[in-house]
Amino acid sequence: MDDMQLDVLREIGNIGAGNATTALAKLVNAKIDMKVPRVALVDFPNLSSTIGNEEDLMVAVLVTLSGDIKGMMMFMMDKKSTVFLIEQMLAGSGMEVGDEFGDMEMSVIGELGNIISGSYLTALSSLLNMSIDMSIPYTAVDMAAAIISVPAIEFGKVGDEVLLIQTDFGDDFDVNGYFILIPELESYGKILSALGM
Amino acid sequence: MGNVVKVGMADLKVCKEPDSLTTLGLGSCVGICLYDSVTKVSGMAHIMLPDSKQISRDKNPAKYADTGIALLIREMVRLGANQSRMKAKIAGGAQMFAFNASADSLGRVGDRNVEAVKKNLAAFRIPIIAQDTGLNYGRTIEFFSADGSLLIKAVGKPLKTI
Repeated sequence: MDDMQLDVLREIGNIGAGNATTALAKLVNAKIDMKVPRVALVDFPNLSSTIGNEEDLMVAVLVTLSGDIKGMMMFMMDKKSTVFLIEQMLAGSGMEVGDEFGDMEMSVIGELGNIISGSYLTALSSLLNMSIDMSIPYTAVDMAAAIISVPAIEFGKVGDEVLLIQTDFGDDFDVNGYFILIPELESYGKILSALGM
Repeated sequence: MGNVVKVGMADLKVCKEPDSLTTLGLGSCVGICLYDSVTKVSGMAHIMLPDSKQISRDKNPAKYADTGIALLIREMVRLGANQSRMKAKIAGGAQMFAFNASADSLGRVGDRNVEAVKKNLAAFRIPIIAQDTGLNYGRTIEFFSADGSLLIKAVGKPLKTI
């Protein structure tokens, strides 16, 4: 991949995650910043350590993508951020957020992921003028590496590397997490050509 | 205490007493641990997929149950182990997300990996003496070459040695 292509993919992350971060900030009425997206072609032995600490407890929402772009998208946050976001979303409902996530918490997380991933993909789809369909949100709370194994296996069926577009977001205090977009290699070609590369 | 050798995804490593092997946050992949109790040579493979033959472009044998186990045995023999004495312990193969029926191919990856590991170990006549597989949570594992014990850590669960 040359520098120009990397720049384009970084810009994709910027636009998608920018829209998603704005949606998230509105949803919880907080100021949330995002960092410069990281684009990398990573082989499997280095994948989980590239993304973060393997054993960190993370809350993840995964959606699968179909239509013009195929692949997966994940929205991941640490537990503390998730508790904060759920509390914001349920504010005034009188419900308590427990340390152990039950059905109610998981369903709020799923909905949050749905909205956030949807914002990311809407921005992408209008930029590229492509239709991107998203599955229902799937949620998990576990070690980062164990969660990453799911997209890794899916992409491992066709290659020895995955293309990651990772954007960290947060306010360095209450909310910290990241978005990962993993397009199939074929879709990555489509993205580049849609942008005239 | 010896060194702790880290095994990544689609990776395999071998070592001797007093070292140990670890893989952090095993999800739907399977950790295969082989041990020769006489030479105390141990090996760990972290496989991602059941079968190398179903995939056209495979550059990394450690990614698959079939080629991964074969290579792990070879590497251990090179370190002095005897295949006929090897015993196996396996862990992982969880279903991390509750995928629905329409995403069935995603949902059963863990189970399929475990099945493939069992089948391939049987083909090499290596008995599985302990396992902690399936269910819906990730595992960190550490395999000690001093005694062949396998330590399993999972979020919110007590430590377990098999």
